[in-house]
Amino acid sequence: MYSFTPTEEQQMLLDAVKRYAEGDIRPAAREADEKSELPPELVEKGWELGILQASTPEAYEGFGDYSALTGVLAAEGLAFGDLAVSLGVMTPNLFVLPILLSGTEEQKKELIPPVIEMEWKAYSAALIEPKFDFDPLDLQTTATKKGDSILLDGEKTYVPYAAEAEKLLIYANLDGKTQAFIVDADEEGLTVGEKQKTLGIHAYPLYSLKLEKVKIPASQQLGGPDGHSMDLIQASWQIGLAALALGVAQAAYEYAIEYAKDREVFGVKVAQKQAIAFMLAEMGTDIEATRLLAWEAAWMIDEGKEGAYKQAFLAYYTAVDMVMIITDQAVQILGGHGYIREHPVEMWMRNGRGFSTFTGLAMV
Amino acid sequence: MISFEMPKPLIQTRTVVETVAKNMMRPVSRDMDENEHEIPWAYIEFMHTATKALGSSSMAPDETAKKKKDEDPEKKKRPPINYQRLMVMVEMLSWGDAGIYLCTPGGMLGAAAVSAAGTPEQKKRFLSRFTGKEPVFDAMAMTEPQAGSDTSAIRATAALDEKTNEWVLNGEKIFVTAGNKALVDSKGFIVVWASLDLEAGRAGIRSFVIEADTPGCKVTKFEEKMGIRASDTVSIVLQDCRIPFENILGSPTIEKSTKGYKSAMQTFDATRPIVAASALGVARAALEFVQEKLAEEGVEIRYGLPRQKMSNLEREIIDMETQLRQAWLLTIKALWMADNKQSNGAVASMSKVKAGKVATMITQKAVEIMGPVGYSREFLLEKWFRDAKINDIFEGTGQINLLVVARNILGYRGSQLR
Repeated sequence: MYSFTPTEEQQMLLDAVKRYAEGDIRPAAREADEKSELPPELVEKGWELGILQASTPEAYEGFGDYSALTGVLAAEGLAFGDLAVSLGVMTPNLFVLPILLSGTEEQKKELIPPVIEMEWKAYSAALIEPKFDFDPLDLQTTATKKGDSILLDGEKTYVPYAAEAEKLLIYANLDGKTQAFIVDADEEGLTVGEKQKTLGIHAYPLYSLKLEKVKIPASQQLGGPDGHSMDLIQASWQIGLAALALGVAQAAYEYAIEYAKDREVFGVKVAQKQAIAFMLAEMGTDIEATRLLAWEAAWMIDEGKEGAYKQAFLAYYTAVDMVMIITDQAVQILGGHGYIREHPVEMWMRNGRGFSTFTGLAMV
Repeated sequence: MISFEMPKPLIQTRTVVETVAKNMMRPVSRDMDENEHEIPWAYIEFMHTATKALGSSSMAPDETAKKKKDEDPEKKKRPPINYQRLMVMVEMLSWGDAGIYLCTPGGMLGAAAVSAAGTPEQKKRFLSRFTGKEPVFDAMAMTEPQAGSDTSAIRATAALDEKTNEWVLNGEKIFVTAGNKALVDSKGFIVVWASLDLEAGRAGIRSFVIEADTPGCKVTKFEEKMGIRASDTVSIVLQDCRIPFENILGSPTIEKSTKGYKSAMQTFDATRPIVAASALGVARAALEFVQEKLAEEGVEIRYGLPRQKMSNLEREIIDMETQLRQAWLLTIKALWMADNKQSNGAVASMSKVKAGKVATMITQKAVEIMGPVGYSREFLLEKWFRDAKINDIFEGTGQINLLVVARNILGYRGSQLR
C-alpha cells in the first residue's frame, strides 16, 4: 500500500530537527559562513538529537535499526537550517555507516560504540581526489597488499575535519576495486594539508590529505579480507546528498515565497505577478517531485528492493540539478537583494552548486 | 508509515490491462491513427464486456459502493485505492494507445462530475446505464469558442421554464471529447456547463446532464487533430434544448458565494491527475521504445557514473527516466490523497503540470534521439509525439495548472493572482 505519512517516531524526530534547524542553526549560519568556523557547541547540539544513534542497533550502543528513510527525512530537516552545519553534525556518519552497512561483526563491535556513545568527535572519511573527472569507482589512490599489511598511497581532497580526526575511513583502489580502509589519523605517512577554501560551505572544515606508504594491518580493510561491495555505501551517499539538497532547496523556496509576498512592485506584491508566481510554482513542483523520488529510493534500500541502487542514483542525479535551479531562482526572485549577503539566498546558491562535487560527503 | 509498495490489486490490474494494451490496442494503433474518426469497436466491445464482468459500471470510482462497505463493521477495512487503480489502468491503456483509450466505454469525465456533485437519485439515474447490454459513453462539455480555461467566460445559458419545470439550454460547446459517442453512437449523456445568470459570473455557473436523443442538442462538427485521432472531438450546439429540472448538478439557486462553482472545479482535483496518468503512459511507451532500440544496437546506458564521464545520450536517457518517475510519483500521491479524502489541489495540479511537460519533453527527445527511425511513420514513436502534446493542453493547459499551483502555494485567491 502507498503511504506518504511518516511514522509517529519519525515525526517526533522531525519536529526536534525542525526546532534545532530553525532555533539554533539559522541564527548562527551566516556568521559561521563569514568566519569559516563551525561552532562546536552548535554541532554538539545537533549530534545530541541522536539521528545517527537512532539508525544504529542496540548491539552497537545505538537505539534503533538502520533506516535510510528516517535518515533522508532527518537530513532534509537539518539542511533546511544550513548545509555546512548539517554536514558537520553528520560527519561521523561517514565513518560509522559504511562500517555498519559493510563491516565485519568484529569491526562493528569495536569501532561503532566509541563513536555512538560519546559526544560528537571527528570521525571522518577521505574519498574525493583532486581531479576534475574524479570517479569514486576508479580511484587513483592505491592500496597494495604486502603480507599482512596494506600500503596506501595517493592524494585526497575535501576531507572533513582531517586535522582533528581520530580515525578516518580512507577509500583506495585495490586491484581495480574501490575499498575502504580504517586508518588512525596519526598514522605515519599521513599528512594533513592546509584547510581548503571553497565556493560555498565555508564553515565546514575540509582538508587535503597526502598518503605516502601509509601502512595498516590487512584486517583494517572494511569487511575483512574479502572486502565489500560499494553499492550500498554509494547509494547511501546519493540519497544523503539528495536529502540535503532538498533541505537547501526548501529553505530557498520558502524564503523566496515569503519575500515575494512581502515585496511591493507596481502597486501589488511581486508574488502577484505571474512571472514570479510561475517560477515559485515550478520550484514547488520540482522540489516535491525530487522529494518523492528520494523517499522512494530510501524506502527501496530499506526494503531491499531490486533496483534500489539505480533509484538512489536517479534521485541524486536529479537533486543536483534541482537544488542548483531552485537556489538560483530564489536569488533571482529577490533580485538585487538576493545578491546581497544580508539575505541568505546567495549563500544557499553557493552551497547548492556543491552537490555535484560533494560525492561521499554525506551519508544516511 | 511512508511506503511505495504497490498494492496487490493494483499489480493485478496492471497485468490484466497490459494484455489488453498489447493485444487490442497496439496492433490497430497505426490504422486507427491513419483513419481518423473510425471507431475502434472491437476494443470498445471488449472493454464493455470486461468491465461488466468485473461488476464495475464505470472507470470513475464508485463512491456509493464504497460507502456501503464502510457501513458494514464486519468487513475488514481496506485502504481505499479506487483512484489509484484508475491511474494504473489509464497509464497502461495510454501506453497501449492514448487515442483508443479515450474511446473506452463507461463513465469517464461526465460520470466523475455526476459522482462528485450528484444526488443519490441522480447517480442511479445517470450511472446505471453503463452496465447495460450495449457500451455507453459520456462526455464533458465545458469549452466554448470564447471560453477555454476561463470558465467564467461561459456564455451558454440555462433558463428555468417554470410552467413545465424544465431547464432550457442555449449555446455552443466545442472540443467535446467523445461527444459523438456519448450522444449519437450510444445512449449516453454529456455534462454541460452553463450559466443560470450571465450577470452573476462564476457564481451562476452550473453543470447539467443532457441525455442522448434530447431534442435541441446536436453534434455539428468533428475536429481534425494533430494526434489522439481515434477519439472524436466535436462541437455541440444547444438550441432551446429542454431537460428535466432534476438534471441540474448541485443547487439551482444562485448564492452570493462561488461555492457551487468551486465544488464543480474540485472535480479537477481528481481528473487532472488522471490526465497526468495518460500522459505518463504515452511517455513510457516512447522511452521504452528508445531503450529497446538502443539495446538492440548494443548501446549501454551506464548508470551511476559521475557527470563528467557520462555521454550526452546517457544524460538524456537518464534525465527522461528520472523525470518520468518523478511525475509518476506526484500523480500517485495526488490520487492517494484523493482516495484518502485529503485536500490535494496543489499536488493534483503539480502532477498535471509535471506529467504534461515530461510527456511532451520525452516524446520530443525520443524522436530526436531516434533520428530517421523516430521521424518515420513505420514506427509508432512519431504518433506518440503527436498524442503526447494534448496532455499539456486539455483538462487545463500546463500554464493554467501552474496558476492553480501558484495560488495554492501562495495562499492567493483568483482575484489576488490573475
